[in-house]
Amino acid sequence: MAVPHDRYRTREFARYGNWWRVAGMLTTTLESAVAQISDGAILMIGGFMGVGTPERIVDELIRQRKRDLTVIANDTALPGVGIGKLVTAKAVRKVVASHVGLNPETQQKMLAGEMDVELVPQGTLIERIRAAGHGLGGVLTPTGVGTVVEEGKRKLEVAGREYLLETALFADFALVQAFLADYLGNLTYALTARNFNPVIAMAARTVIVDAEHVVPVGMISPDHVQTPAPLVDYLITRT
Amino acid sequence: MDPQTIIAKRIAQELADGMLVNLGIGIPTLVANHVPPGMRIFFQSENGLIGTGPIPQEGLAQARLTDAGGKPVSAIPGASTFDSAMSFGLIRGGHVDMTVLGGLQVDAHGRLANWMIPGKMVPGMGGAMDLVTGARRVVVAMQHSAKGKPKIVRSCTLPLTSARAVDLVVTELAVIAFANGRATLVETAPGVEVEQVLAQTEAELAVPTHVRQMRL
Repeated sequence: MAVPHDRYRTREFARYGNWWRVAGMLTTTLESAVAQISDGAILMIGGFMGVGTPERIVDELIRQRKRDLTVIANDTALPGVGIGKLVTAKAVRKVVASHVGLNPETQQKMLAGEMDVELVPQGTLIERIRAAGHGLGGVLTPTGVGTVVEEGKRKLEVAGREYLLETALFADFALVQAFLADYLGNLTYALTARNFNPVIAMAARTVIVDAEHVVPVGMISPDHVQTPAPLVDYLITRT
Repeated sequence: MDPQTIIAKRIAQELADGMLVNLGIGIPTLVANHVPPGMRIFFQSENGLIGTGPIPQEGLAQARLTDAGGKPVSAIPGASTFDSAMSFGLIRGGHVDMTVLGGLQVDAHGRLANWMIPGKMVPGMGGAMDLVTGARRVVVAMQHSAKGKPKIVRSCTLPLTSARAVDLVVTELAVIAFANGRATLVETAPGVEVEQVLAQTEAELAVPTHVRQMRL
């Protein structure tokens, strides 16, 4: 059945419009969304080598001259791309990532002691974030056993195999890049731009989303929603 | 044939129809160019893709479809995408049949070091530790020596990637297997003598009476 265009001005609008306020998500401008982030905040940022990183939010963090940020992300991209821009702008005090090899600036700052870099195996990093979002204290992983990664960590034997206890990783803010968002905050992601995004959207106190396209409620099929609306706190408006 | 092609062609012979395979960057990437005709291999890119295809032609690249190095790739029909938790669940959970990785050093028991040179190169382990720990079969693609120094050593001086031994090391000179935790010379490259391999290998190699020649 065809959906009439005035659907959102009818009873249904009142009903869902109300629920949307209950869900607590607010659309907001880029500037005011980023203004909530204080210096020294712990951020999780989506993206893999800049693909799936909310570039507009990164640019605004730099424009508002944020300092001493802790960034939890897969990597620091390249100079001039995504998180690489935050590194160049000296906005970052500490990085928790799995790979910084393609950003020589991060490596220089790390070796010179200007920036703390904690390297975590990629599967462990995403699983520590997932654990935080799923209410787990941590995970047991065989990755890193017998390597420098096990230093200072508890080792447990389960069914004859050794595992490291890797603890949950939380953040103050998750900065998420979606492909589609509706006005309730339901999200989908595109291709390899998904990566860390849906996982960090569960592990931070405040979730800020930028989406390539914002669509009316109902346009995203329930089966295709990858991050359900109640997880999203702020959706940045597109002008 | 140049060393990289020898290595990639030989490793391609380890592929079997229907395998899920993860290729590291560098020489491992070249293995995809030598898949036997008619064989269907699912290549995984750990940033969230199964079914990576060739590098797209100019103008056809998609900004949101990239490999683990952030470079544009294509996806074959039947490809699938997923988040990083799923991607590493596939890897750690033993669903990836084979991974091919580069190496800096491999020790006499097959333990690999490939992620850092302290004080010089600290790129991070990325997905390498999970791949070596979790993939069903681990194959190392590397040159036999670096600047005249053997890379197959008695014990690694560089930090290990995993305590788990790799299954196979393929170089431009030889194929070395690590069944039963012992380095064993399995094949030599065409025109390469066993003595030549032994001279360029620091780790003690078990040499069976008959060492096959690589068929390329």
